[in-house]
Amino acid sequence: MGVIFSLGIVLALVLVVTVGVEVLKLDFFFGVVVPYVTLATFLGGMVYRIMHWGRSPVPFRIPTTGGQQKSLPWIKPSFLDNPSTALGAAARVASEVLLFRSLLRNTKAELREGPRLTYHWEKWLWLGGLLFHWSFFIILFRHLRYFTEPVPGWVSFLEGIDGFFRVSLRAVYITDVLFLVAVTYLLLRRLIIPQVRYISLPADYTPLFLLLGIGISGVLMRYFWSVDVAAVKELALGLITFRPRVPEGIGVLFYIHFFLVCALAAYFPFSKMVHMAGIFLSPTRNLPNNSRAVRHINPWNYPVKVHTYEEYEEEFREKMKMAGIPVEKEG
Amino acid sequence: MRVPDFKYILIGVGAFIFLFSFPFWYNAGRAATAPAPDLNTPTINELEIKECVEPTDFMRANHMRLLNEWRDRVVRQGERVYVSTSGKEYIMSLQNTCLACHSNKAQFCDECHNYLRVTPDCWSCHLESKGK
Repeated sequence: MGVIFSLGIVLALVLVVTVGVEVLKLDFFFGVVVPYVTLATFLGGMVYRIMHWGRSPVPFRIPTTGGQQKSLPWIKPSFLDNPSTALGAAARVASEVLLFRSLLRNTKAELREGPRLTYHWEKWLWLGGLLFHWSFFIILFRHLRYFTEPVPGWVSFLEGIDGFFRVSLRAVYITDVLFLVAVTYLLLRRLIIPQVRYISLPADYTPLFLLLGIGISGVLMRYFWSVDVAAVKELALGLITFRPRVPEGIGVLFYIHFFLVCALAAYFPFSKMVHMAGIFLSPTRNLPNNSRAVRHINPWNYPVKVHTYEEYEEEFREKMKMAGIPVEKEG
Repeated sequence: MRVPDFKYILIGVGAFIFLFSFPFWYNAGRAATAPAPDLNTPTINELEIKECVEPTDFMRANHMRLLNEWRDRVVRQGERVYVSTSGKEYIMSLQNTCLACHSNKAQFCDECHNYLRVTPDCWSCHLESKGK
């Protein structure tokens, strides 16, 4: 059900922009209004989400640990898996963000004949996820050539490495291939593995279909049905410099690509994809495990009004004596 | 709320906005118009009907694909004559057909290629026209 729903949404988006540009000639709307609204939604949404999370109280240290805690000087502590310093915690977050270290250690439990429970390393999700994220990042980065004039040397440098392989005189970007392969894998994984399919929702499929749509339209545009890229760059630079202009004759394929990107970006802060910001705020990863070295006082502790026994006896001594209750001090 | 930690969040948000907005402040205040390919060459000025091998819209988007097709047909199939969609015949040659009209490589080719930072391999084998 979720698959059909998500696919329907993405196809509807494609249909909307195709009809809008081809039939209703809404080039200005899809070329200027939509991207500005998207930009505001994306930035505003991200800042709102992060600030909202930032206000959540983190009273205690709750890092997950996977190694020896720092204790006596002759016991070797685990710098990354049980970080006791801010540097260690930062390194752990960095390894998580850049290399998906936790996912690398993913295991799969299986009940075999016997009955015997076995665990084995399951690397495919890590590999697919890593390839997808890095390819997507490099592709986004390469798109800077449309948003900068003159194009900085480091953008062209990366593009040169990425386009190392040539087919028919033209560069075939490695990341383009890897992106499509990885997203397809991530989608098939949800569709084929029964347990994963069972827990998959429209919110899981929609980003995948959007990404697939963006990837396919981009690849079609680059390798099969070209559009006038000089006009595309003019549009992009016009948006960036706040002097929007919509050049004539950009193909509809570009508008499909662009609109799907806008849809993804506007959806980003309100979807699971906001883990881009959330991963930095994971308390199980970003806190140093120094609970034994440093006393962490609950930050919202307020002075509690107490009534000690001494004060109590002071107050009720006469009554206690009359009732025959023993008291610690006589008068 | 742990106030001391909130500063890290603000630093992170600030860094994110700074990096994300890179194209905005990098290009601030610069003109954005794409260069128009210059058609002012002696050969083109002499033409009565100023038309390329294929319509301009097609050529703008697909010239690299057409050149690649020409290369394959000349080098691999040994064909030399290209029949355009309008039925005209052209010799498939970058130097003798394309550059015969577009003898101004620096204005016609390079301006757009530089604008988009595209570095086609054409000139690693072909010679640019030195003008007549």
